[in-house]
Amino acid sequence: MGARRLYIFGGIALIAAGLLFGDIFAVFILHQNAGRQGQALMNACRAIAAGNPVAVNDLFTHLGDLLEDRGTKVDAHVHMIDAGYLALLLALVQPYVALSQSAKKTMALLFIAGGVLLPVGIFLIHYVGLSYSPFPVIGWASVLADSAGAMLIAVLVGQAWGFWKYLQTRELAEPELPKEDSMACRALLAGGTILVLLGFLHGAYYAGIFLYEHEQMETAILQRMINASTQGNLDLAASEVNNFGNLAGARAVNLAAHSHIIEFGLLAMLLSFVQPFVFLSEKWKRAWVKMLLGGSVILPVFVLLELKIGLLAGGIADIGGLMVLVALTGMLVGILRYSGKLDAASAEAAQ
Amino acid sequence: MTASRKILLFGGLTLAAFGMLYGLQYALFQEHQTLDQMGGALAQSFAAAASREVAQSQSALLRYGETKYDYVRQVDAHSHWIGLAMLLIVLGVVFHRVNFTEQIRQLVAFCLLAGSVLFPLAVILQTYHHGALLYKALAVIGPALVIAALVAACWGFTRAGAPAKY
Repeated sequence: MGARRLYIFGGIALIAAGLLFGDIFAVFILHQNAGRQGQALMNACRAIAAGNPVAVNDLFTHLGDLLEDRGTKVDAHVHMIDAGYLALLLALVQPYVALSQSAKKTMALLFIAGGVLLPVGIFLIHYVGLSYSPFPVIGWASVLADSAGAMLIAVLVGQAWGFWKYLQTRELAEPELPKEDSMACRALLAGGTILVLLGFLHGAYYAGIFLYEHEQMETAILQRMINASTQGNLDLAASEVNNFGNLAGARAVNLAAHSHIIEFGLLAMLLSFVQPFVFLSEKWKRAWVKMLLGGSVILPVFVLLELKIGLLAGGIADIGGLMVLVALTGMLVGILRYSGKLDAASAEAAQ
Repeated sequence: MTASRKILLFGGLTLAAFGMLYGLQYALFQEHQTLDQMGGALAQSFAAAASREVAQSQSALLRYGETKYDYVRQVDAHSHWIGLAMLLIVLGVVFHRVNFTEQIRQLVAFCLLAGSVLFPLAVILQTYHHGALLYKALAVIGPALVIAALVAACWGFTRAGAPAKY
């Protein structure tokens, strides 16, 4: 398997793994974590009512722990998918990287390894903490994540060096990707662009109508929560904790819908370029493209509807994520079945 | 390589590198301090309320709101710069398939690049002058440019005709 196919295979696998992790996180951790945050905030209100500042500080330490738990999982999900995107982009630029085939292959392997280890390190930060660490604030999991990040940066610097060498000679290091003009390619390109556009429109709508209002509401709710707790009115405080949770939920679903629809759009556009490496019949290619684009619409739309329909919408959104995952796996099978015709051409060009 | 593709590819690469460097310097020198301030201010507000120190509680809550306002915008600007840069690079690869004259393609590419630079910049400038109308207006103009250019690109992709010279 040449460097380009490694980037394509590894990139799609990283994106698929990131999506699977995101689905598991959404189903088993996200809502439970939000519930525990609300509970911690309510306990802080009780501590205020009891006039116990020490308990308040303890509860905020616990709240910080819950936020770290959630934050590291979101970051692991995002970093794994983003490393996958970057791998697909690198696959596109391989003809312009004037390095030997073996150096390019080693770099591709290093990049995929870094793309796996980075999110694994981030995921472990919450669990490993500072255990056995010689550093005062950095744990071993952070060291792993930072080292993996450094591997990715080193590969990117190597690619930039190869690009610099290409600029000296202007000779392609290997053939460019064939320009396939199939229905699958066109649908992915046009569908991806439309998804990105829809994401921009939604982001502009949210920023214009709700962003500033939500920011002001947050401090107002917290102020009312504190006032009610100080007066010993725990029913009112509980109602404000509930309002705070609803506001956090509204912001979270809007941001998630905005970012997911744009990322799926970019994914579709990137996948349109690598279709020549997907060795499947046109019928199967079309099936995977339809499933991918369908899931890319279903997930963000039903994430948004979670506010109105509740957990049912959340379940449907998860199915949307699963559709994208299945489509990516289908394309991965196609890449595995691919005989290496373009790799052979690359090797010939190098010789 | 056509000029419109050069605008998108080199503009996108430069913007991505700048966005990453900006994020790196923010993470190294400001982020941890900001997060400490934010969490600390909220905890202090609750603890002061438990001690019945109302004025201190309110001032800490105000500090929390202002710190969060800045933090959200710094992170948003960083991620939007890089995200928009990726979009520019991807569009740069296929921009020859946008079936307009090269002059129109250059105009569309320029709008995409200008909007991608301007929008996160205006968001960051808001952290220096909270609520300034000029920066809010720029934060509207930036995305409007990107959206208009993307609509044009979509239209160009769907127009019939032979793709332009690569």
